[in-house]
Amino acid sequence: MGFSWSEIERSFWGRAIIWLAFAAGLGIAPLLFRSGIAMTILSQAGYVIIICLSYNILFGQGGMLSFGHAVYTGFGALIAMHAMRMAGDSGGWSVPLPLIPLVGGLAGGFMAVLFGYVTTKKSGITFAMITLGLGELVAAMSLMFPGFFGGEAGVKADRVYGEPLFGFDFGPQIQVYYLIAIYCVVCTALMYAFTCTPLGRLLNATRDNPERVEFIGYSTQRVRYLAFIVSGFFAGIGGGLAAINFEIINAGDSLSIAQSGSFLLFTFLGGASFFVGPIIGGIMLVLASVLLSDLTSAWLLYIGLFFVLMVMYVPGGVASLIATNVAVVHSGKASRLIVPYIGLIVASVAALCGLSLLIEMTYHTQFETAKGPVMRFLGATIDTHQSAIWIAAVLYTALVGAFLRFACLRFMSGWEKIQEEMDAAQAIEVRP
Amino acid sequence: MNTAFIVISLMNGISYGLLLFMLSAGLTLIFSMMGVLNFAHASFYMLGAYFAYSLMGVIGFWPALIIAPLAVGLIGALFERYSLRRVHRFGHVAELLITFGLSYLVLEVVQLLWGRAAVPYALPPALQGTLFTLYDIQFPKSRSFIMLVAVLMLVAVWLLLTRTRIGLIIQAALKNPEMVEALGHNVPRVFMFVFGGGAALAALAGAIAGNTYVTEPSMAAAVGSIIFVVVVVGGMGSLSGAFVASLLIGIVQTFAVALDISVATVLQPLGISVSPQIFGYALLSLTISQMAPILPYLFLVLILIFRPNGLLGTERG
Repeated sequence: MGFSWSEIERSFWGRAIIWLAFAAGLGIAPLLFRSGIAMTILSQAGYVIIICLSYNILFGQGGMLSFGHAVYTGFGALIAMHAMRMAGDSGGWSVPLPLIPLVGGLAGGFMAVLFGYVTTKKSGITFAMITLGLGELVAAMSLMFPGFFGGEAGVKADRVYGEPLFGFDFGPQIQVYYLIAIYCVVCTALMYAFTCTPLGRLLNATRDNPERVEFIGYSTQRVRYLAFIVSGFFAGIGGGLAAINFEIINAGDSLSIAQSGSFLLFTFLGGASFFVGPIIGGIMLVLASVLLSDLTSAWLLYIGLFFVLMVMYVPGGVASLIATNVAVVHSGKASRLIVPYIGLIVASVAALCGLSLLIEMTYHTQFETAKGPVMRFLGATIDTHQSAIWIAAVLYTALVGAFLRFACLRFMSGWEKIQEEMDAAQAIEVRP
Repeated sequence: MNTAFIVISLMNGISYGLLLFMLSAGLTLIFSMMGVLNFAHASFYMLGAYFAYSLMGVIGFWPALIIAPLAVGLIGALFERYSLRRVHRFGHVAELLITFGLSYLVLEVVQLLWGRAAVPYALPPALQGTLFTLYDIQFPKSRSFIMLVAVLMLVAVWLLLTRTRIGLIIQAALKNPEMVEALGHNVPRVFMFVFGGGAALAALAGAIAGNTYVTEPSMAAAVGSIIFVVVVVGGMGSLSGAFVASLLIGIVQTFAVALDISVATVLQPLGISVSPQIFGYALLSLTISQMAPILPYLFLVLILIFRPNGLLGTERG
């Protein structure tokens, strides 16, 4: 086959090139996208990537479905914010700003030491429920102690304090971006390195076959606990960077279960079984919350719909979608899928148009009555008071839905046939 | 604190606890049969309240009380048939994730159809007013109605599970699904029935709680985490454990909300005055009523440390 991704990934130089490209991409990005909104997206993506990767240490690599990851990012952000405030108040100890994320990391790690002891006693479904309970506990507590958690107004701090470091005072957003980017590359590399350590390997083994891990003499509980602490530390770093980026933190929001849920959602959407999956997921999270939320107010509904469809049809996430398609292209069988693919894409776009028209019309009549009955949808002007439009929209969606189902079945049969053929070919290759 | 307060709080606590049990019973049954932690269980509860509210305007409260749970049960059964069964082969995590996704969707759809504010789901005339008055404290009819429905439901479910043929098949499918399948029963259909039944029970709870409390989009999240606590504290998969834990948490929370006692007020008569200058004042002056929201979760943590399998749970794999 000559050239394949897996070979590039395995060779030393191949790896070095991928990492350099990642770092260079983060370095060049602000030069390519100069608008203010691009800066916002890039800065947020930098630390959300760290957070999603740290979540995946639990979810993808350890098989631990946590519903309380926001506790560790949130505490990281809070403690980082208090550290920044203390430093700004002058006198006493003052941590230089580039080290503030580490303060957040230590805070997140400390909380993981504390809570991980209880949560990692169990695995599987019980683990998920305990993390949910602890997440709720902390979220409820944040309202009980307004002094520390900031209450409704949140905790504020100024990131510009002390002497400028090498001429950087971190006032301009671009300097903050580069600080985030450096942390992003270093943390990503460290978390990748973690997957190669004996502990990282044991964690995978604990996910796949806990009895055997116990049998060869390791405590699965201890492995989970240690991994939990590592994850909490990196989550805290991500939270600390968020604190620097926003200069305000609202504990009610950043410790909430909804926040934890969004980390889970997007890590899954990116692809939990691949190391790059959470990076894709993190970028999707930021793009969705900045761009999609600007486009439509019903964005959470679309995200939920997309999530349910992905769990049902692509449980490996976007990363596995890319990987399997690359494999199909390499097998030289992709040409057979071109027609089904075109059918699938045309049908999906048509169905999405119909569905989103219905959703947007409902949304308009429910929440935007003050703007009058007329709304704009994809450049067209629509009068939501005309019942003909509603009937047409419902009929069109039903029709296109049936077409989508047909296109889906056709694509699936072609796809599964190719997968079978590829499996058979692989079996022949393996045989000596 | 007097006798009247204790009696009324106890009654309120029991009615809230029984409501929690109506929810956690379905959740526990689904969990012990299918190994699926249904994250969307509280969403079915919310749907029940909204369906009953909408149907009440058309067909009246009492028919709505029956139709709404049936409709939600149908939705639950369809969801099991076309969604959950599909992801079953991807493992328990995928199953949990799809119910998590469903809870997300239900919340958004409810907000889309009924709006973000609470809807005016009123009590029917027969349930308005007070049932009895004890030392000037009134006990409303609607709460006693919740207790009545919950007890009837408890008896009905118990009879169904132990005294009918289908109940025996459900129990057998719980212990040994392969053998039941080998005997010619359609186990996937039994699962669909149980899932739909659990959803209908949750919806019934929603239909009677929606007008006693408030029908709003956040009502699912408000009980969602609590019923998970109930299921873990009672012991995963133990129906009787869920019953004990529901009552316990219902009563503890109801009492806690009414108690304005903090460490500081307890120390006051002993001659120790706690002033804001003392370290940890925020913690010492915290009243029990302020702590009420976190009590179930504290309870959960304590149970997990001292009795990891729950109150009445047995060792599971």
